[in-house]
Amino acid sequence: MGKTIAQKIFEAHLVDKPSDEINVIKLDAVFCHEITTPIAINDLKKRGKNRVFDSSKIKAVIDHVTPSKDSKTAEQAKIMRDWARENDIKDFFDIGENGVCHALFPEKGFVRPGYTIIMGDSHTCTHGAFGAFAAGVGTTDLEVGILNGVCAFKTPETLKVELTGTAAKGVYAKDIILHVISILGVNGATDNVIEFTGPVIESLSMEERMTLCNMAIEAGGTCGICPPDQVTVDYLWPFISGDFSSKEEALKDYVKWASDKDAVFSKTIAVDITDLTPVTTYGFKPDQVKTATAMSDTKVDQVYIGSCTNGRIEDLREASKVLKGQKVSPSVRGILAPATPDVYRAALKEGIIEIFMDAGFCVTNPTCGACLGMSNGVLAGGEVCASTTNRNFNGRMGKGGVVHLMSPATAAASAITGYITDPRKYI
Amino acid sequence: MKDFNGKVLFLDRNDINTDEIIPARYLTEITKEALKPFLLEDLKLDGFDVEKDIDDTNVIITRENFGCGSSREHAPWALEVNNINIVIGESYARIFRQNMFNCGMMAVTLEKEIVDKLFSTFSGSATTVSTDFQNGIFSFSGGGKQLEIPFSISSYDKSLVEAGGWVDYADTHYK
Repeated sequence: MGKTIAQKIFEAHLVDKPSDEINVIKLDAVFCHEITTPIAINDLKKRGKNRVFDSSKIKAVIDHVTPSKDSKTAEQAKIMRDWARENDIKDFFDIGENGVCHALFPEKGFVRPGYTIIMGDSHTCTHGAFGAFAAGVGTTDLEVGILNGVCAFKTPETLKVELTGTAAKGVYAKDIILHVISILGVNGATDNVIEFTGPVIESLSMEERMTLCNMAIEAGGTCGICPPDQVTVDYLWPFISGDFSSKEEALKDYVKWASDKDAVFSKTIAVDITDLTPVTTYGFKPDQVKTATAMSDTKVDQVYIGSCTNGRIEDLREASKVLKGQKVSPSVRGILAPATPDVYRAALKEGIIEIFMDAGFCVTNPTCGACLGMSNGVLAGGEVCASTTNRNFNGRMGKGGVVHLMSPATAAASAITGYITDPRKYI
Repeated sequence: MKDFNGKVLFLDRNDINTDEIIPARYLTEITKEALKPFLLEDLKLDGFDVEKDIDDTNVIITRENFGCGSSREHAPWALEVNNINIVIGESYARIFRQNMFNCGMMAVTLEKEIVDKLFSTFSGSATTVSTDFQNGIFSFSGGGKQLEIPFSISSYDKSLVEAGGWVDYADTHYK
């Protein structure tokens, strides 16, 4: 019987099976940020176990609230800094170098096909875009990962999403994943890895694949996974050119992390994206999806472009095409948070920041901040945000606030009109 | 081992997410105890009064996909510091369920028909449950009615509950 990518990765990393259904696997990387790691650090210290399994495999960042907004967040940041120093963690990213973890770590080349990765953050599923198994975990699993380099998972089943067709103008990876989640439902992939395949995936950049995999958790998925291919090799080449004699060799090695033809999937769904139009969410669950046009009566108070879903350079480029020469509606606050310093630099160099600022956007430093209502764009009760983030839960961006999820182009178009707006007339 | 007995809080809704259980604005706390006043603060559920309904409850009975969304272990912790060590429902998000057992708490899955029966029999009455962990039996009592419901958890989950969590287990086995 053939195997899925996830099964192959699990077999290659298996350390122990404490029971039939549980696999303890070896981790290739443990990612850490300042919201979920400090309690793990404090607990390790309390237990007299302030150590890490391999300092080169721990990657840490201060990203959720940075620069610190108050004494509590300053304390969280300090715990991270002290711990990184005490344990000789070289890949630690602080002010000036820090950015949203799921955009920053791939950019630094920390993710490879076949890797196993955990982080105390549910959107860790993003890194499956590289053909890795990457899963969000709680602080206890994170603590054990830091200490022993292992994590326990049930044997994963894989749900296959075959994407065919061609995206129409104005339809992006965000529209595709929102559409897929609306089909699967918010628990449609629980205890499953979602493997994205088909001609659409082959045509997507790594950034777009990350947008898809980022939201696997919104359907309950443990991880999103895309089979590694030439696009993966090209993206990683600056980091792997010392490991392989040529890109062809790298590709030959990486394609072993593909599902076998006779692999068994828990379910396969085929989605033709040809007739898809720009979409947005309504309500408080990410599977509640309508066309942007159907939501055009919805007035917005704030537009937020950024996050681990859509704060990468391609996202900023698409939004800037819409915003070029336009002004943000006087009733709208426009906020752009480039996801990493390199995204910020590229956007400066390409004139994108100027377009955003000319349109009336405020540009913040790279941070997760507003997405979860912690800083840099928190909503007041009753306010509405058109957002490129990944969760529209009640109160997510601020108590009593309402969030509509959409692509950067749709968010930009909504900023111009002050209402949720199909972006196609601006591009 | 933690206490899995006491008064029941019925939350009759699917997909209650971890932002509703404990909003992100409280994730700047670095002790579990500090989360106590904020449990379920953003829960959207008709008839639920966050000021009154949590007091003295120890067991949550709910529907599908409880704990979806964020990986924050602050969700189990916010329950724990409010003396709620067990959730009984139809299904859970993976990370939330794992976090519960990693903390030595329980997220027990029952068939939809059984959960329906618990809601129809007891919801609205002051209900208590006593949990026989070793034999896997819940005994519900409320509004003059009694009901015994068998449950099962895997041997691995059982060992986590008995050990009181995953950290010491792992550091002994996987050094």
